[in-house]
Amino acid sequence: MGFDQYHEPPDELPAATRTFARLCASLTEEAEAIGWYEQRLAVESDAEAAAIMRDAQGEEFKHFSMDLEFLLRRTPLWREIAQGILFQGGDIVAHGEAAEESAVEGAADRGEPLAGSESLGIGGVRAVAS
Amino acid sequence: MSHLLREHAPITAAGWDRIDQEARERLTPALAARKLIDFAGPHGWQHSAMNLGRTQRVTKPPAEGLTAVQRLVLPLAELRAPFAVSRAELADADRGAEDIDFAALDAAARALAVGENTSVFHGWKGAGMTGIAQASTHRAIALGEDCERYPLHVAKAVEALLSAGIDGPYGIALGPVAYTRVLETSEHGGYPLLEHLREIAGGPLVWSPGVDGAVVVSLRGGDFLFDSGEDISIGYLAHDADAVQLYLEESFSFRVVTPEAAVPLSP
Repeated sequence: MGFDQYHEPPDELPAATRTFARLCASLTEEAEAIGWYEQRLAVESDAEAAAIMRDAQGEEFKHFSMDLEFLLRRTPLWREIAQGILFQGGDIVAHGEAAEESAVEGAADRGEPLAGSESLGIGGVRAVAS
Repeated sequence: MSHLLREHAPITAAGWDRIDQEARERLTPALAARKLIDFAGPHGWQHSAMNLGRTQRVTKPPAEGLTAVQRLVLPLAELRAPFAVSRAELADADRGAEDIDFAALDAAARALAVGENTSVFHGWKGAGMTGIAQASTHRAIALGEDCERYPLHVAKAVEALLSAGIDGPYGIALGPVAYTRVLETSEHGGYPLLEHLREIAGGPLVWSPGVDGAVVVSLRGGDFLFDSGEDISIGYLAHDADAVQLYLEESFSFRVVTPEAAVPLSP
């Protein structure tokens, strides 16, 4: 069994980081599968075979989305940046730049944990004035 | 592995998730001070002191013809609240049980939150921290038990802050006894007292375990500085066949920059 998803010695990684890495690897595999089905569908002339592949690709969409949601739930900063980009109309790059700037500055203001920290990540919870 | 030694605990990843989530849920509503003051950090476990930007004279320099000063800092203090979790309960959590007994964790979370709030609002002499109510240059206003007079007291506090040139909005840290009284009270006409007090202050009313009476503070920022080293984390101590000994821990320091930016309301 390979451990290619780890770039650091697995024994030195916290359990949560190992889980995170596994889901990142899974996300990559699902994205690859989606791309492969897309190519197969582009060249398949048999309608029945194409229907099966479309169904299989739908499964990969589901798996990719579940992996992504898991990773976003575990990474508040990633989630916040994604919220500024996903399901928005307009210029994707502009949304990306704005979401990153806003989220990174907001994270610092909220006292979010340092990278690699095992804290509960509570930080500052300043109430908003009414 | 960090100094928390979490990897040594006989706890599964799912078990840690449950423990961390329970701690977050218990701590977040009780960490009143963080809702009203400036939170800096977390700067990490190795961060040891808050820079005060000041010096004191060193009376005997190391050689002739020299003058010397020494930097003044406020060291961070570490707060730790130990607790135990039953291994049988953790095994049930892994089986999917929802009603896990985390009573000891809940008590530890409350103790830590009370400790943090008390340090910020009433001080922690042993660690060199002066609390907001202690430092205030305003005379304390007696809160009393008559809730109908609370709007008057809060209005007086706001007036005192404005007179001192302290801009709003203002927030109110309200001890549990006073908070319950406020929640239970409607004024003439049925208007909730809670809403009335919020309108006077222009900011939130915060349930504050560890606060005696109440404190009205300016939310303009820059007046009360909380310096976090390691934010609240859960670490591992030891285990036997029956239970795992864990602890909640944080390191922090706190100082009041503008003593006139808060008015204490004594119980």
